[in-house]
Order: sequence, then C-alpha cells, then structure tokens
Amino acid sequence: MVFLEHESGVPLETSQQALTLAGMLDEVCAVTVGGCQVGGVARHLEIDHPLLSDYAPEAIGEALTQLIRSESPTAMLAAGTERGNEILSHVAALLDLPLAANVTEVRPEGESWELTRMRWGGSLLEEAALSAPVKLATVAPHSFAAAPMADSIEAEPFTPELSESLRRTRVVDRVTISEGITLTTAPVVVSGGRGVGSPDGFQILEELAGLLGGAVGCSRVVTNNGWRPHSDQVGQTGTRVAPNLYIACGISGAIQHWVGMMASKNVLAINNDPEAPMVTKADYAVIGDLHPVLEAVVAEVKRRKGLS
Amino acid sequence: MRVLVCVKRVPAPGARIVLTDDQQAVDARHLPFTVSPHEECAVEEAVRIKEKHGGSVVVLTLGPAEAEEQLRYAVSVGADEAVLLETDGSDWDPQATAAAIAQRTAELEEIGGGFDLILFGNESADSAGYQVGIRVAHALGRPVVSGIKGLDIEDGIVVARRETGAGFEVYRLPLPAVIAVKEGINLPRYPTLPSRLKAKKVEVATTQPEPVTGGLQMLRLVTPPEVASVTTILGQGPEAAPAVVDLLEKLGLV
Ligand SMILES: Cc1cc2nc3c(=O)[nH]c(=O)nc-3n(C[C@H](O)[C@H](O)[C@H](O)COP(=O)(O)OP(=O)(O)OC[C@H]3O[C@@H](n4cnc5c(N)ncnc54)[C@H](O)[C@@H]3O)c2cc1C
Ligand SMILES: Nc1ncnc2c1ncn2[C@@H]1O[C@H](COP(=O)(O)O)[C@@H](O)[C@H]1O
Repeated sequence: MVFLEHESGVPLETSQQALTLAGMLDEVCAVTVGGCQVGGVARHLEIDHPLLSDYAPEAIGEALTQLIRSESPTAMLAAGTERGNEILSHVAALLDLPLAANVTEVRPEGESWELTRMRWGGSLLEEAALSAPVKLATVAPHSFAAAPMADSIEAEPFTPELSESLRRTRVVDRVTISEGITLTTAPVVVSGGRGVGSPDGFQILEELAGLLGGAVGCSRVVTNNGWRPHSDQVGQTGTRVAPNLYIACGISGAIQHWVGMMASKNVLAINNDPEAPMVTKADYAVIGDLHPVLEAVVAEVKRRKGLS
Repeated sequence: MRVLVCVKRVPAPGARIVLTDDQQAVDARHLPFTVSPHEECAVEEAVRIKEKHGGSVVVLTLGPAEAEEQLRYAVSVGADEAVLLETDGSDWDPQATAAAIAQRTAELEEIGGGFDLILFGNESADSAGYQVGIRVAHALGRPVVSGIKGLDIEDGIVVARRETGAGFEVYRLPLPAVIAVKEGINLPRYPTLPSRLKAKKVEVATTQPEPVTGGLQMLRLVTPPEVASVTTILGQGPEAAPAVVDLLEKLGLV
C-alpha cells in the first residue's frame, strides 16, 4: 500500500516516486484521502470522512491503521515529505511497529527487509534491517524516478470510523502569504554566510539577486546572528534548494549547509579562502573579498543590460 | 506551565563525515557535540513559555553519561531540571527511545506533577526518524503536531503554526499536548557566565533504562559517494567580474 499526497486530484511527484519503489516490491494498492487521479496500480482506495476535509495527521494515521487492519498489506509506504513522515509516524505509533524514514533503497531478505536510509539530511546513509509483520517506510524524495501515470482506475471508497476527539489535531485555519520569487522556486540563489559580515552587508546580495530574478539565501551563522530571518536559511534544518545557479558568498561549506544546496545545477563560490570546502566542491570560484567582487559583478551586469 | 523538552546529544561534523572503522558510528574523536538546532529552539521556546506564564522547564535526554553536557547547556539557557536516561552510548532505535522516554515521563509526572506541554525537535540531527515525539504522544495519550514554527498558549490551549509552501496552517490543541518544533520558531539566547556556573551545579537525575531492541536495526553506516568536482577558478578579486557575468550569460540568467 502506498499513501499518496495530492494537490487538486493530482498525485505529488514525491508520492509518485514512492509508487515506483512500491511497484518494485509487490502489487500496489494506492490510498488517497479524497478524490485523486491514480493509474498503473492494482487498486485505489479512497478514504472519505467529513473530519478529513482539511489536513488532520492524527485522524489520517488512524484511518490508515484501520485500513492496514482490514487489508493486511505487506507494507505501507509514503513519500518522505513533512506530511508523509508525520502520518506514517502516527501509523507506526498506533500499531507499535518500526518505521524507516527516508529510505533510498529496499532489498527484501525473506521475511525482513534490508534497506538504506538517509541520516544527517542525506549526508550520511544507514543500512538497516527492518523486521515487522507490516513494513512501514517513507521514501526519500528524488531517490526514484516518478512512474509515468497510466490511465486512472476507478477508486473504491473506504469510510473509516473516526472519533470526534480527533478534531483536536486538525488544521483550523490557514493564512496565505503571497511571496514573489521564493527560495525554492528561484532560478538563482545568491546566498551569504559569515563572510558577509553584517545585515547591511546583504544589500549587495539583494541587488544582485534582484538583477538576476533570484532570491537571497544564507547560512545558519547568519540566522543565528539575527542578520536574516530563518526562512532564508539553506541547509539541513533550513530550506533545500536546487536552482540553476547557487552563488555561495562567504560560506565555508559545512556539510549541514551543503546538503541543502547540493542539488543545485551549478555552484559558484566567492570566498577569500581558496581551501574552503565550498570552494573545492564548487563548479566555479572567485577567490577574494566578497564585497568588492559582488560590486564589480553588479556593475558589469548593469553595464551589459544597458542599465548604466 | 510545566514543560518538558527532549534533546539528543550528537557530534557536530564539519565539512565531511568520517566513520569509525567498524562503520557503527561517526568518528567523533575530534568533534564537538551538540543537539539539533530544532531542539535548541525547543529549549528556548520552553524557557520563553515559563518566562511568560510561570512554571518550570525540565530537560531530558537518553544517551551516554557525557550527554550531561547537553543537559547542563540547556540549564545554562534557562531550564530548571535535568533528567538523564543513561545508556552505554549504543544506537537506540526510535521505538525503543520513545518507549523509554514515555515511561520516564510518566514517572516524572507522578513525582513532580503533570507536564502541560512536551516539546521535541522535528527530527533528530543524526538519525532523523521524524517519529520519537509522535510515539511518545501516543504512549501518553496526548495530541501531537509536528513541524511547528510558532506557538502561543491561551487558556488551556496551545495555538501552533506550521509553514506550508503558501503561508501557514494553524492548529489548536487542548493541553496537555506534545509539539515537535522546527528551527526558526525563535532565536535561542546564549548562556551568561552566572547561568553557566549555576548549570554546573545542577543535579542531574539519572536512571538506567533497560536496553531493548526495536524492529529497525542499524547494520552499518556508509558515506554517500562524493561527486568528484573540478573547480574552475574564474579569477581573483573584482577583476573576475567579466568572467562571472560570462557565466551568468551562459546559464541564461542575464
Ligand atoms: C545539526 C546541525 C544542523 C545544521 N543545519 C544548518 C543549516 O541548515 N544551514 C547552515 O548553513 N548551517 C547549518 N549548520 C551549521 C553548520 O555546521 C555551519 O556552522 C554553518 O553552515 C557555517 O556557516 P558559514 O559558512 O556562514 O560560516 P563559517 O563556517 O564561519 O564560514 C565563513 C566563510 O566565509 C569566508 N569569508 C570570511 N570573510 C570573507 C570575505 N570578506 N570575503 C569572502 N569570504 C569570506 C571564510 O573563508 C569562510 O569560508 C548545522 C549544524 C548542525 C550541527
Ligand atoms: N535519545 C534521545 N533523547 C532525547 N530525546 C530524543 C532522543 N532521540 C530523539 N529525541 C527527540 O525526538 C525528536 C525526534 O527524533 P527522531 O524521531 O529521531 O527524528 C528529536 O528532535 C528529540 O527531540
């Protein structure tokens, strides 16, 4: 069984990746909360309950637990997303079963599984043995290609019995903040670390990001110093980005920062230390004090754009 | 408000992670130790709740004797009591960890009164199972939400906010409750000299839980293959600007 997250009836890519892994292991039954187009699976169960009209992790966990009890699947997978990890943790707690979060590989060994999973946000891997009557695992995003969606099949309804008390952990309100270009969608991220030196030092990074239609990011030292809000932080405990170009200005390249931007297609480091790990791991580097370098780059971009 | 916070001692690797020869652990001989930034923020949040609403903060960890260091740090930034579930330092799986924490929590509640709120990090820095807090909540029969980046206490209720791509969603949980928080919920303070001295003296309530094997057993750790990269040096200092902008053009960004 695979629990799928979806948006307006279309499964998320990360959920489709979980379907790929499931298909390699067994016959697949997809499970969704509410209507969703799903194909290429043996069955599709659609959970329907008034309490689930908005996100309610505890209640969804309870519903999946009832499904597991009635259908006895060999395994239940979900995407290793914030919600996928949360919901399967509820299932694991309710059934007192082990849960392997963010697996990148599964090797069935008779009744148990040997698997590989991510630690340290992906900078370290763990090989582990999972033995349980029902295997619970979330699938690390982008470890498997998303299965191409075949024509969708008819869903079978499933109505769980959910106690009113489960309303206690249901979303009661939503606040929308419309931002322009965000860190996760920007084609270029101009990111600053301790080397930027001060909150004002970020002005030139802002200017370059503005000229390139990008966003400003930062390291944890920067957020810890209160120079930038945490929403700008890239890394293991911040945001994960994968832009066309990541410009790391005065960032040393600690592994907890690196895991947040290693999916970038190109990395340019600007650093006065040629031995900094960010420099040695980057595709391109400029060695020197970042402020004069950025000022010269901004001037050159403006010149070529005919802005000055 | 009586608040419990659970933190986990982990090594803090720098540019790369080096493993012990038997691949059972991160080689921490030359590394400092810390807790996850999420957990640092959980401690800070608990202390702020105490400062605003009164009460006390208990910090708890399951780990080796050396984990006292992380407990004392939490006391130096405002926690009142420290509780250690001492292990031999081996890796406890999330099920076993949660069972031991839940059991000890129930004991602490019997002695010192119930916790209105129990705070966890969203995920531990090293093993990142995303589940210990949720398991403890179920064991104690309390509501739980994770991924929280904003908290307010109202009459008998905790209002919790969680970021989504488009803004945030709001939850209202009746107390007593369990919350797993994320870095960014606050900016943790640093200890002061007097607070560090106080932390040195605090008594750590230590017990030794029975080790149990959970259903997820770590076999070995492996470092992912490093992508070999050749760095093209575009130049030194401001003279490199034209080469940088050539690159921007090549990538279609100008
Ligand atoms: C569990 C855990 C989670 C973490 N999560 C994150 C995370 O999500 N994100 C994150 O970023 N960190 C995270 N960290 C912290 C991380 O380990 C590093 O401490 C942090 O990334 C370092 O930030 P930095 O590179 O800005 O600072 P430093 O390491 O101090 O590096 C500063 C760099 O700037 C260069 N420099 C200085 N002055 C100049 C100048 N004038 N011009 C050019 N270059 C200059 C220096 O040569 C150096 O390379 C985490 C740590 C732990 C333990
Ligand atoms: N050994 C431990 N001692 C105390 N708290 C822990 C321990 N392991 C995990 N936790 C708590 O549970 C959270 C989630 O851990 P995990 O499920 O491992 O990602 C952590 O952020 C901690 O708050």
